[in-house]
Order: sequence, then C-alpha cells, then structure tokens
Amino acid sequence: MAFRIALPKGRLLKETSALLEKSGWKIEGYNTQMRHYRLLSKKYPEMGIKVFQEKDIPIQVAVGNYDIGICGLNWIEELLVKYPSSAIDKILDLGYGEGALFAAMRPEMMRGTGTIIRIASEYSNLAESFAERLRLKRFSILPLWGAAEVYPPESAEIVLLTGKTEKDLVKHKLVNLSLLVKTKAYLIANKNSLKKKDMTQILAALTKNVPHGIHEIDEINNIPVIVRAVGINAGKQNANDKVRIALPDGHQQSHVCSIFKQAGIYVHDYPSKTGNRRPVSNIEGILIKVIRPQDMPLQVANDNFDLAITGRDWFTEHKYQFPSSPVVELVDLKYGRVRLVAVISKDMPAENIDEWQRNRHQSHSACRVASEYTNIADNYARDKRLGRYRIIPTWGATEAFLPEDADILIENTETGGTIARHNLKIIDTLFESTVCLIGSKRIIYDKIKQKRVKRIIEALESAVGAN
Amino acid sequence: MKVERCKGFKDFVPEDMKRFRLIENIFRDICFHWGYHEIRTPTLEYLYLFTSAGTLTPGKLRRVYSFLDWDGWSGERVVLKPEATIPVARYYIDNPQKGFSRLFYVTNVFMFEETGREPRERWQCGAELIGGNSVITDSELVMLALNVLKKLGLNNLEVTLSHAGLIRAFLDEMELDPQEHGRIFDRILDGELETLANIKPVKPELIQVLGLLLKLKGKSPGLLKNIRVISARTLPGLIPALDNFITIIDLLEKTECNYKIDLSYGKGFEYYTGVIFHFSVDKEIVGGGGRYDQLIPQMGGSDIPAAGFALYMDRLSKLIKAENIDTINTNRVLVDFAPKVVKEGFKIATLLRESGLIVELASKGQQETEYDWVIELKSKSPTFVINNPKDGRKLELDSFTEVMRLLGCN
Repeated sequence: MAFRIALPKGRLLKETSALLEKSGWKIEGYNTQMRHYRLLSKKYPEMGIKVFQEKDIPIQVAVGNYDIGICGLNWIEELLVKYPSSAIDKILDLGYGEGALFAAMRPEMMRGTGTIIRIASEYSNLAESFAERLRLKRFSILPLWGAAEVYPPESAEIVLLTGKTEKDLVKHKLVNLSLLVKTKAYLIANKNSLKKKDMTQILAALTKNVPHGIHEIDEINNIPVIVRAVGINAGKQNANDKVRIALPDGHQQSHVCSIFKQAGIYVHDYPSKTGNRRPVSNIEGILIKVIRPQDMPLQVANDNFDLAITGRDWFTEHKYQFPSSPVVELVDLKYGRVRLVAVISKDMPAENIDEWQRNRHQSHSACRVASEYTNIADNYARDKRLGRYRIIPTWGATEAFLPEDADILIENTETGGTIARHNLKIIDTLFESTVCLIGSKRIIYDKIKQKRVKRIIEALESAVGAN
Repeated sequence: MKVERCKGFKDFVPEDMKRFRLIENIFRDICFHWGYHEIRTPTLEYLYLFTSAGTLTPGKLRRVYSFLDWDGWSGERVVLKPEATIPVARYYIDNPQKGFSRLFYVTNVFMFEETGREPRERWQCGAELIGGNSVITDSELVMLALNVLKKLGLNNLEVTLSHAGLIRAFLDEMELDPQEHGRIFDRILDGELETLANIKPVKPELIQVLGLLLKLKGKSPGLLKNIRVISARTLPGLIPALDNFITIIDLLEKTECNYKIDLSYGKGFEYYTGVIFHFSVDKEIVGGGGRYDQLIPQMGGSDIPAAGFALYMDRLSKLIKAENIDTINTNRVLVDFAPKVVKEGFKIATLLRESGLIVELASKGQQETEYDWVIELKSKSPTFVINNPKDGRKLELDSFTEVMRLLGCN
C-alpha cells in the first residue's frame, strides 16, 4: 500500500535524516543542501515523501494529504489547541529535538497591572489559549514570522519563545513566565490512515531505532498555567524624540547596508555575526531593531516603529488584511525586485489564468490556493471569481504543495528559476514588488522627531535617486 | 458544484418562522406588560468583554467564533456574540444615565459545536433586571418566564434551582488556592458537581455538609433549613447564601410554583453569584438564568446588582403544539388582469388587501385550486369574472362593491 509522509526542513532535519537512515529508509538528498522537496526512498519506492516547513506538517497530516509526518510537539499543540478535533494522533516520541516553549517577558514588566497586554508570537493559537487561561482582562495577539525575542519590552509585553532550557531566555534578557509545551520531535499520523492502512513495517523500523519507545504525552490543556509574575505591566510607547526603525534580517541585509551608507547612515554590527538584533548607528536619535520583513507593516501600524524597510509584497499583504491601516509606502528603494505570480503545475493544459479557469469549471471540488501571502491570495481568488476556493496558508517552501496538495500557488519569484526547477509554470503576474521604506500616516507631534524622520526619508530618497 | 449551507447553521423555513414569531410575539407582549423595554445589541462585540474572569468559563471560551476585524491590526479580536447577558451589561455601562432598568431582547448567539449536528447559531429571548437585588426580583424573573411558557400553551413546567453563592461560599470554606478555586467553580458550572466529591476538605465538618449538599435534590426546603442549623456554628461563611436561598424558596412555595432544588444544575455562566434557575418542559430544559451581582462592577460599571434569564427559542419551537400556532384564517384571492387594465388591477388588489384579504397577482404556474377566490378583471363588461375553485361557484359582476360584498369585505 502506498504511503505519504511529510518530513521537516529546518531544526529537526539532521536528526530526522539520521533516524530514517538508521531505520534503513535510504532516502536520497534529504539534507540541508537539498534542491527538491519531493524525495525518494530506495527501501520504500512506492512511498510519497515530501519536505515541508515544520509548522505546515500537522495541518497537512490532519487534512489527510499525508498519512504520517514528523514535527515538533510545539507545532502539533499549536494546531490542536485551536482545533482539538483535528484528525491527528501523536504516535511516537522520537527522542530528539528536545526543548520547551515558554511564555517570557522582561523582568521590569512584572509590576502592577496594565491595560492591554500584547503577546507577540509565531504561535498565535497557543498565545490566545495562554491569554484565555491566564484570564487576562484585555489582550492582543501579534502574530509573527519570527524574531520574537527582540519585541519586549517596547513592542510586546509577553512573547512565546522556544529554547532548550529556561537559560536560553536569559541571553535575550527575558524571564520565564510559564512553560507552555515541553517540545520534542514526534511522529504523527492521520487518524483515518492509522485505522485503515497497514503501516506496521514502517512503524516497527522506526520504533526499533528510537530510544524510549512510545510515551504518554501531556495534553496541553492539562498543563497548568503557572504564572510567576504577580502582574504584568503594559509597556508604554516611546513617547520621546527617538526615531524607531525596523531593519530586515535575512538576505536583504547587505542591500540595506549599502543604501544606508549612500544616505550617510552607518549601522554598526549589521548584518551581525552574533545575532545582535539591536544594532546602533552613527546618527543621533535613532533606535534600530532587526526583525522579519513580513512582520514590519503590522508593527508600524501598531506604532511600535516609525519607519521600516520591507517588501511591497508584505506591505500589500497587510493592506489587504487591514484596509484602513495607517501604514503607507514612503520611498521605493528600487532593489530586491520580485514578481508576485500565480503558478500551476507544468502538466496542466493552460497558459494563462483564463484558460486555467475555463478548464477548472468542469471540476466539482473547491480550488485550493496555497500561499504565504494569504490575504493577497484571498483577494486574487475573489477578483478572479474562482468560485468555491480554499486558502491554504504556508510558511515557505510553497512550491512543494503543487500538484498534490494545492491547485494554484501565489508565490514571489525573481527569475522564475525555482518555479521551473519544481516543474511548475507561471500563468499570471499580480504585481511587481521592490523593497521600500514604510511609515505611518499618524501625525508625529514631537518637533525634533518630525525633523529626524523627514531627514531620513530625504536622505534615502536622494540615495535611491543617485543610483 | 454543490450548494451547501454552513455546517451547524439552519434555515428557518416558513413553518419554523410561524413558530418563531409566535414565541417572539408572546414574549414581547408579556415583557412589555411587565414593564420591560426592548433592546438589541450588535452581533459583533470585542472578545475581551468575554475573556476576563467572572464572565465565560474557559470551556465556553474555547468555542467562541473570534477573528480579526478589517481594522484589527492591533491584534485585538472581535467575536460573534456568544451569549446575550454580557452585551446587555456592556450596553448598561455605556448608558450610565440608567438607574433601575428592566430590559428584554430577542437575539441570536453563536457557539461552536464540534459535530455540526447541534446548532452553532441559537436564538434566545431573555430579560434582565438591573438594579434590584431583593428576593422579590429573583422571583419576578422566575414568574415572568413561567408566564411566557404558560402563554405558549406548554404544560408540565418545572423550575430547578441551584445557588452559585452557596457553591462559592462552600469552596471558600475549603480554603483552596485561588486558581484551584476558580478551576473547580468553572467545572461545577460546566455541569460537573461530582468534582466536589473528589476534594479532601481541610475542615472535617465540611465533609458532613458536603454529603448533605450533594443530596440536596427535589422539593426539600426542610433539608436546606437543617443544613443551615448544622453549619451555623462551624461554617458561618455559608449562612448568608443559605439564608438567601431559603428565602427565595419560601417565596416560590407561596406562589405555588412547581420547583425543585438541584445544586448540580449550577450549569451556566461564571458570572452567576446567587440563585441559578433552569426552566423545563416535560423534563427538557428550555431556559435558564440567575443572579449576577458582580458582572457590571467587574466590567468597569458601577456597583449595581442584576439578574436575568433567557428562554431557548430553538427548543421551545419544537415543543409548541400545532394547534397553538396562529394560523391566519384569511381568504386568499388570486387577481388576474391583462396589461390593458393594469392600473385598475393594482387598485382593486390594494383595496382588497386593505379589507384584510391576502391578494396575489396571477402569474404562470400558479394553481387556482389553492385559492378561495379567483378574480379575472376585464376591460369590458362583465368587468369581474369571479370563481370559487373550492365549491365551483362562478359569477360575473360589473360593480366592485358587489365583489367586495361577495368576498365578505366591508
């Protein structure tokens, strides 16, 4: 019988690969340099193996696209806490990937009670459940793509962070508020597959090679919320004259650096070899933080930053979700040019979106649109009148979804090379995106700050103009 | 592609709507005569209204429909109204000019239900009495609800009474830590009274009283009074709640209300502080309510007591007997006319409607046999050709006055 298995990218890849090797699966190319997400096992050639971001795996197994999957307990609980009836069973503790998910905060925030408690996290479902179990009177959840550790105290009171132990929080100057999940790598299975399919051979091989066999697992709702703080103080916004700037992490850093240099702004320790997310600059009155570009528009909207450098793709994504958001594009920095495109499998007989839609009209199932940009994808599906459709949110590696797990993707591409390599083709271009400086429509009342913001905008404008 | 309704949501077909309107009309009419004023709160509210302690139990909170609004970039979520009382309390706080308020509402509430076989959208009609905290006000609400149920033609009515104040006072005596206290109280309100039996109380006298409390079932004011005597010396904390409960029961005894006591009927909302009541028809629960003196102050309003109840319209509508549904006994008339006499056609249809008849304009595919009268309007004499498909009578008339007379209109 054919099986389908979802394997993780990222932090669990190395140990998962070693375990599967030990279990004699003989999978080719499952390593950090892999160029394809669809892999083959020499031992089980009929098995469909695909590699996903860890966060996507519980969802893929729960909806039945995959029979089994491997991922951390943190992501399993993130799904189950919101959707307890999801069709997944945790079947085997694999004995690696140990760590914990903590709710953490700055020690200076542990005073009195504040008004709105902001919880920033990649785990928005667990964050919501934590706030509810804590019986917080008023809270808001700021969903993040990453770098949660840099948010407190100015941009959030509480963050949810993973670490090996509590000590990992100390390096970010945070303290543990509550342990939410003791995480480990787990083998999970789709409930129906477990009932109907004979997976004994595969499970036996895996069980033999994990140290402790099957464990009892704490249900998330039974772990008591132990809060060490007496109260949490809502952080005050920076009311002074400092300009708060968000700079991107990742591959954009060197470009930002060179444009800033041309504008006469020198940022020390950026990009940072030590992972410093609070670099300093030569200009007086600037506070810099390094965060994910995806998270910037929301942060500017919430007045956690005055200026930020992100892609127009993420700015548009934000505006589609919150049309009346105060965030505006200030300067087009004219680099990092990508196109947002609609992508289908190369085997589909269509060259453009209209042709593809005409062919789809005969289909009775809902159209599955996979994208990191859920709001852009949603907007596109409505504009193109795709009829009954489902948006499948992804966390990167979206190319892996076609053709089995989605019908169409909304993706960004620079040259189209990655798309072609995955046997896919572009059938529509939504818009072109470059990196831009964003800010807020909100009025800046502080005269000094007003001047500083203006000076930075002008400096960047002239730097771009000089290019 | 299949056209589907959302799972857990239903259409009200015309037959359902007749039942729905009957309940609504009787409820509104009675509330109006008891001095209550109707309000309607929005479908969407901020989630935080329902998340703080003393509002919804965590079990309920996990099933609300919450999401980010189009301007929800701050991350604060909104929710489809999961229950009706908290929005009324919010309204009351929003409008501080009110002192004593008698309010009623008819509304839908939303709560996720896993199987999709039970409704996820439910309709309630309820009343809230804000500003009074005497036992008379508690009884007023019970009597008001019973008045509605009787008027709906329902028999075998019963009121089951429990007391959140008594359960709270008992937990206080157990000297649990605040988190444990809250957790157990929530579980009891989620219907698990047996949770109490599993705790080992610090004071031995509590075991004795606990045994009696768990036995407290049926029409037993005597038992309640005996518990009071036993507790008076060793558990004085229970006395105010017991006294309150006894007084309410004595009062209901006098009104000849059919009641029973059952503490395990505490099931409800975390905001209850005093008596909790459930109404049942032939043992099926059709409504509930109670006293919630701390809700308004906890939500940031003034220190004002309140109590209320809601009747579950979806359950009631299944229990209403067909003969009680107000079948409109009005004759149905079909008027057929050619484009040439369109002006006259509309005019006579209007006149007939104003006389109390149901008048439809003829269109292809309508069955004449469904009507009491079919009137054909012509441009020349005889102007009116009238037939009665039920008895086969056929008449030709020229005067509209004669037509009116024939149809029994004044």
